[in-house]
Amino acid sequence: MTGAILDTAFAAAFALAEPAADAAHGAATHAGDHGAGHGGMSGGALMALIPLLPLFAAALVGLLACFNEKSKLPAYASVGILGVSFLLTLITYLGWDGHSVIRVGLWDWISLSWGDGVGESLTANFAFYFDGLSLLWMLFVTGLATLIGLYASEYMSHDVGLGYCRFFGAFNLFVFSMSCLVMGDNLLMLFLGWEGVGLCSYLLIGYYYKKKAAVDAGMKAFVVNRIGDLGLLIGTLLTFTTFGSVEYASLFESINANTTATGAPLDATWQVWAIPLLLMAGAFGKSAQLFFYVWLPDAMEGPTPVSALIHAATMVTAGVYLVARMMPLYVADSHLIALTVVTWGGAITAFWAATIAMAQYDIKRIMGYSTISQLGYMFAGLGVLATTGGVFHVFTHAFFKATLFLSCGAVMHGFAGQLDLRKLSGLWKVPGFQIVTIAMLIGCLNLAGFPLTAGYFSKDMILAEAFTTPDSQIGASSWAGWLMLLTAGLTAYYTFRVFFRVFVGPVEYHAGDEDHGGDHEVDAEAAAAIDESHEDDAAHGHHGFHPHAPGWAMNLVLVVLAGASILAAGLYFVGDHHGWAGGMVHGSATYFDPAHVGDHAAAVIGEAGESADDHAAHAHGTILGMDPHKVMYYISGVVGFVGIGIAFVLHFAGRTEAATSKADALARAIEPVHRWAEGKWFVDEFYNFIIVTPLKVISHLFHWFDKLVIDGIVELFGGAPKVGSDTLAPASQTGVLHDYALRMIAGVAVVLVVVALVLY
Amino acid sequence: MIQAGFETGLLLAQAPFPEAMGAATLNHYLFVSAAMFALGLIGFMTRRNLIIMFLCTELMFQAAGLAMIAFGRYHMNFDGQTFVIFVLTIAAAEAAMALALVVLLFRKRESLDADLWAELKG
Repeated sequence: MTGAILDTAFAAAFALAEPAADAAHGAATHAGDHGAGHGGMSGGALMALIPLLPLFAAALVGLLACFNEKSKLPAYASVGILGVSFLLTLITYLGWDGHSVIRVGLWDWISLSWGDGVGESLTANFAFYFDGLSLLWMLFVTGLATLIGLYASEYMSHDVGLGYCRFFGAFNLFVFSMSCLVMGDNLLMLFLGWEGVGLCSYLLIGYYYKKKAAVDAGMKAFVVNRIGDLGLLIGTLLTFTTFGSVEYASLFESINANTTATGAPLDATWQVWAIPLLLMAGAFGKSAQLFFYVWLPDAMEGPTPVSALIHAATMVTAGVYLVARMMPLYVADSHLIALTVVTWGGAITAFWAATIAMAQYDIKRIMGYSTISQLGYMFAGLGVLATTGGVFHVFTHAFFKATLFLSCGAVMHGFAGQLDLRKLSGLWKVPGFQIVTIAMLIGCLNLAGFPLTAGYFSKDMILAEAFTTPDSQIGASSWAGWLMLLTAGLTAYYTFRVFFRVFVGPVEYHAGDEDHGGDHEVDAEAAAAIDESHEDDAAHGHHGFHPHAPGWAMNLVLVVLAGASILAAGLYFVGDHHGWAGGMVHGSATYFDPAHVGDHAAAVIGEAGESADDHAAHAHGTILGMDPHKVMYYISGVVGFVGIGIAFVLHFAGRTEAATSKADALARAIEPVHRWAEGKWFVDEFYNFIIVTPLKVISHLFHWFDKLVIDGIVELFGGAPKVGSDTLAPASQTGVLHDYALRMIAGVAVVLVVVALVLY
Repeated sequence: MIQAGFETGLLLAQAPFPEAMGAATLNHYLFVSAAMFALGLIGFMTRRNLIIMFLCTELMFQAAGLAMIAFGRYHMNFDGQTFVIFVLTIAAAEAAMALALVVLLFRKRESLDADLWAELKG
């Protein structure tokens, strides 16, 4: 049936409710719900347009570049097309029945067969797989891409022309690749999108290609990702050799039936833990986790809209998506080895990145490190079997981190690239920056986990679950919980460190070194107003620089995103599966019942029955002897307040200048620790020392081997006759052309005479 | 058979020396070829002008080509002609390079005298 559908050409693309994939839900959950017919011809074609429209937009922008377009047309065309893509996703979501898997076939991509047996054919078609998980991802990917595209139309305005086209071309191509990654029907489609987003990330990090730091950062991102991608590739191949398929539908069928291609029980094979670990390596590379995270802070060299969309909201969550998507495989292992590694990898990364963020001065880097830290939370959430919490955190984080980045971008745009928090202060009072300040405050409250914000709810779901999950499932998960709780405090501190220093306090600012001269609509009135109101501040030295307040597009996007960050909190109360995200996860093919996983699975099923929603079935851990679900709200709320309070005391109370604060005195007091944290624990230097330097040494060795040994042998063949003739008959080497010719003729004559004598 | 004309394609084939003048045989071609080669060789050995020496090598080239075509015709196959087509192609490329070299050498010494170059002297 599926095959017939996938054979249809794109023009006849259509959808079906795939009954087989419902098996992935666990038969008990949705028994009898199969075949709820919906979709149909138009629905499938519309879904296929979701990724194809951004691809078309990329081609269109490329065409505009050929005509050397010098207006903002590429931006507005992109935003319009991406907006349509978002609307189509919304229509698909609204038409979705809440639990089915919709598969849309476009065309045959890879369809091989070299025998009739199991595992002797490979099918990976250009087809899409819609369930709760991919819909949730697509909603925020297309939605945020539209908004951030609009923001970028203004932010990139000083590059109108070819640079502008280059930016939006890669931007649209990224959305297409990300759609392929998320919506793909099989692991090879995911890999295609995975490499596509990697390429676009590289292109956009290196957007300012005349700046060495940006080019190096792009290279670093690409190379570090390659290492993780090797894991993903081997994992995909191993999946194929184990299950004889790379299509999600048949994979989940095999996994749920606990069989492999050879018929052996899955949980008795070594692949059951090896494949998840290999996929995890890919996920950790793309999502900048432990060992691989070093590329993400450097990626902040790219334009800020790119940092917001690719390196905060969407691409870096691809790893989380991969793990969430393959969750049935992760929980198939009765020892949960891979998930334990995911939990601890995530928790340690969250803590590690937070400690670095505390000591940085570049506000965009701080946001970069906080992204790494928050991604750690998401992985830890998936690891402790809180798929809902992890996925909800992806969703809320996408909005509030995009808000934070775009606010930083507005500051960067307005102050000629200035990002040093020691050189900016009191922006709240600078004309035109009020909206930015409010958006920043909302983003900071979310990131700090301030009570009743979206970030608070999503983070608490992860934290509570970390304490709830018994050690028999995930080793020492409550310790991971404590580590993450401590990290939550650090997060609140470094977040509000930025806010208290940059946005409130005495007004003072120094322009960055970016040349914005002759740069369009500087608001002359606003600039004049600043000069008047701050004449008494002349001592602080404004150097005749006038901040450039954000225009309507940037402000509009900031308002919408800040609003969305607040409203996302409401999603926690929607539906009956722990909020809206829970409903989406529950309605996806990857849903599993946490209580029925791991060593205790059999015992738990035995004593508490089958219901997925019955919390009594959950083997609860405790925190301080109480139910974590109840006390976590209070504990993490208090931790957040403590973090904000410390930031308030150190960076706001009594501060009279941008550069001075009590924290600076404290930093001097604990100089070695501070210096190491500011130096990012010198991980880059360590990697350089153990990897880059040896490679350079080896390449030099090979270079000299090539030059001396290989070239030497070649030179020997030329040199030997010369040395021979020089020593044996030095007089013969006259260097005169005719002498050599004469001797050659004599030689030929001798040969001819000999031949003639022999023949006759 | 002896009197068969050149046009019939049989003249060179296995024909002994003709009894009458006016019909070209294999030996005629070989004689012309040998003469050309000798002229080229003597020219190469006696002249010092780089361009003349280069022209003489081309003359020897074409002499060898002529002999090959004649032999090919004699054996009634196309091997000789085919080979000569290749030789001509490569000779064209080689001529372009050789003349470029001559120009470079001339620029160095403002002279075409081959004896000015004796860098290989041991």
